[in-house]
Amino acid sequence: MDAIKIVLAGQPNVGKSMLINAMSGSNSLKVGNFSGVTVEKTELCFEHHCHMFEMVDLPGTYSIRGYSQDEKVAYDYLLNEEYDVIINVLDSTHLQRNLLLTLELLKLNKKMVLALNMADEAKKEGLEIDVKQLEAIIGVPVILVSANTKEGVEELLEKIHDIADSPHRDNSNIIYSNPVEEEILALSTFFDERAFKLRDLSSREMAIRILFEDKDLYQELHSKPIMIELQPRIVASLEHIYTHHDSKNITDIKASEYIAIARGIRMETVTCHRKKGQKTLTKKIDDILLNKVVGIPIFLFFMWALFQLTFELGAVPMDLIDAGFGAFGEIVGAIIPHEGTKSLIVDGIIPGVGAVVMFLPNIIILYIGLALLETTGYMSRVAFMLDGFFHKFGLHGKSFIPLVTGFGCTVPAYMSTRTLKSEKDRLITLFILGFMSCGAKLPVYVLFAGAFFGAEQAGDILFIIYIAGALLGLVMAKILRIFVFKGEDEPFVMEMPKYRMPSLALIWHTVYSKAMGYLKKAGTFILAASMLIWFATAYPKQPILGAEYEVKIDQASGDEVKIASLKNELQLAELEGSYLGQIGKASEPFFAPLGFDWKMAVALETGLAAKEVVVSTLGVLYAVGDDVDEGNASLISALQANVSFASAMAFIVFVMIYLPCLAASMVFAKEAGGYRYLFYLFLFTTFVAWVLSFITYRILV
Amino acid sequence: MKLSELKKGDRAIIIKIDTDASLKARLVSFGVARGSEFSVEAYSVGNQTVEILVDGTLIGLRRSEAVDIEVEKI
Repeated sequence: MDAIKIVLAGQPNVGKSMLINAMSGSNSLKVGNFSGVTVEKTELCFEHHCHMFEMVDLPGTYSIRGYSQDEKVAYDYLLNEEYDVIINVLDSTHLQRNLLLTLELLKLNKKMVLALNMADEAKKEGLEIDVKQLEAIIGVPVILVSANTKEGVEELLEKIHDIADSPHRDNSNIIYSNPVEEEILALSTFFDERAFKLRDLSSREMAIRILFEDKDLYQELHSKPIMIELQPRIVASLEHIYTHHDSKNITDIKASEYIAIARGIRMETVTCHRKKGQKTLTKKIDDILLNKVVGIPIFLFFMWALFQLTFELGAVPMDLIDAGFGAFGEIVGAIIPHEGTKSLIVDGIIPGVGAVVMFLPNIIILYIGLALLETTGYMSRVAFMLDGFFHKFGLHGKSFIPLVTGFGCTVPAYMSTRTLKSEKDRLITLFILGFMSCGAKLPVYVLFAGAFFGAEQAGDILFIIYIAGALLGLVMAKILRIFVFKGEDEPFVMEMPKYRMPSLALIWHTVYSKAMGYLKKAGTFILAASMLIWFATAYPKQPILGAEYEVKIDQASGDEVKIASLKNELQLAELEGSYLGQIGKASEPFFAPLGFDWKMAVALETGLAAKEVVVSTLGVLYAVGDDVDEGNASLISALQANVSFASAMAFIVFVMIYLPCLAASMVFAKEAGGYRYLFYLFLFTTFVAWVLSFITYRILV
Repeated sequence: MKLSELKKGDRAIIIKIDTDASLKARLVSFGVARGSEFSVEAYSVGNQTVEILVDGTLIGLRRSEAVDIEVEKI
């Protein structure tokens, strides 16, 4: 038997992704309490009762007519693709609004089942849903489910088997308002009398579509002789409806009809046992978090706490990891006899990867914080509070979500700009996202903050760096809005989802997959990059230089201090002559006005591959010649000895602004709509980074 | 009167929505249309955005959209 192809459609925030998880038992989808987590349709297969189920999870859509980018994805799919069954997922606690989408989906004439998700929550809120009644009205099976408790999930799977096997769908019994029903009856009787058929549409369906001005149907009818008789009847029918609705706008009339139907269905099927006037928990929390006076301070406090935690708590395991890699290097170094291989592993790979893994604790804490913000529903409130502010800078309150995500990783941040409808809002947000320092830039900041400020100040400095980047992004957004992307703003219309307790499994899953992604990057990209950097540092071999210094060292005859300094000189000379040194030297004139030496220039260039590499490059460049322990402490002292305060600050500024990593750049090109945008981004960020670093350096020097 | 002139806690009914078709469609999909009853739940700082409750759903609107919605207090 063929696989059953199932499409999940529903409004945002109804728990579609979580339901898929519950149904398939897999954990491949990310779920979050924010409109538009699933920005691309997600597909997965699994087996149930020897039947393959092919599932497609569409992005949440409030309406079937695409409004934002990800709603268009859903719309195109529902209309143009082949599939067997639609599972329309609804939030049982917001049935009325969710039914508006259901009414539109019914028009597609596909086999369908309604999954009323969050049934457990509805029960808790005292809502009782009459499933039989709802089935009778809508004409498709209705099942109460809860992705949380797995209640009804098995039943839903069974139902899908039944529906897929059944030849057709029952008619729905949706009743419009009296005047509309009268005209539907008049027109359908007209069709019946003439035995007029079109496609597989019933007379009633044809009448409804004519009254609500379905363009396709009109086109088809246009060439039919019946049109001559039909036309005056349509005019009369519409006049009747217009008078009753006191409006001549058929779209408006359709809207009020739909809303009335949804309200009617809710009133017929849902009984509420909650006492009137009782404040819901969401309302109580909103009264505090959206409070005009304390709302924003609370938000800022959360942000500040998040970054403090990231730094303070993260520092504990960091030292352990650092020490661990140092010891590991020593052990490995001792057992490898071959000089070249030993150098590659001990000087190249271990410190390079170690420098990356060291920052895993920070990144995990940051991601937990962001996941909490997202899954509780607080993120939407923040967008609500900050829209006024963001709008002044030519951004949208919703831009806040990508911007905050950008503090974690720029890649998902670029992808989440799809929730913005206006192309210009999207492009502006995309262009300034890089200014939100991602988690991978954190190591660079931590290193420099640690090296040039006291340990107790480092957290604050970090906070200042992040805020400065964000503010700069806002200013740049305004500049882009005025000079480059002129035009209409996207309206701000946004659902404030109910507050939900974050599910631990969900957060664990999100954070785990992010952390694994980071480690994977450490294992592949950064491993390769650090091997390449090691090679570029160690080659070409310079035997003449080596011999020269050997003679000098011999002449020093036992003077320990002199020998040590000569050895250092040799290493530096070798580095300067290496491929990496040559690249750095070649670009030195470009960076010289910023106070960067060639080593810093090289670190920035390797950082184009991934920002974590900046630190590992600095590690290789400054710590060569030290013992195997190339961790933080020695690198910090090397930096303190070799880099001036002004240069260090200019370096931070440059890292803060310039092009994001390779992976992010690729996503950027895809989201912005072409590689030429990436080229613009490169010019834009490099220019801004250079100018601001220059200013920083000149002020401080 | 306009939606933006309501105070926190006011209840009102929508008389007319005077925006372009795509925004109107968006509002409809949230259950906001002519004849919808709602209450004003919150304003953000500077009244830049307003939160309304329509049929159990909380919706945030920007001031520039709220001025285009004609309402009647109840």
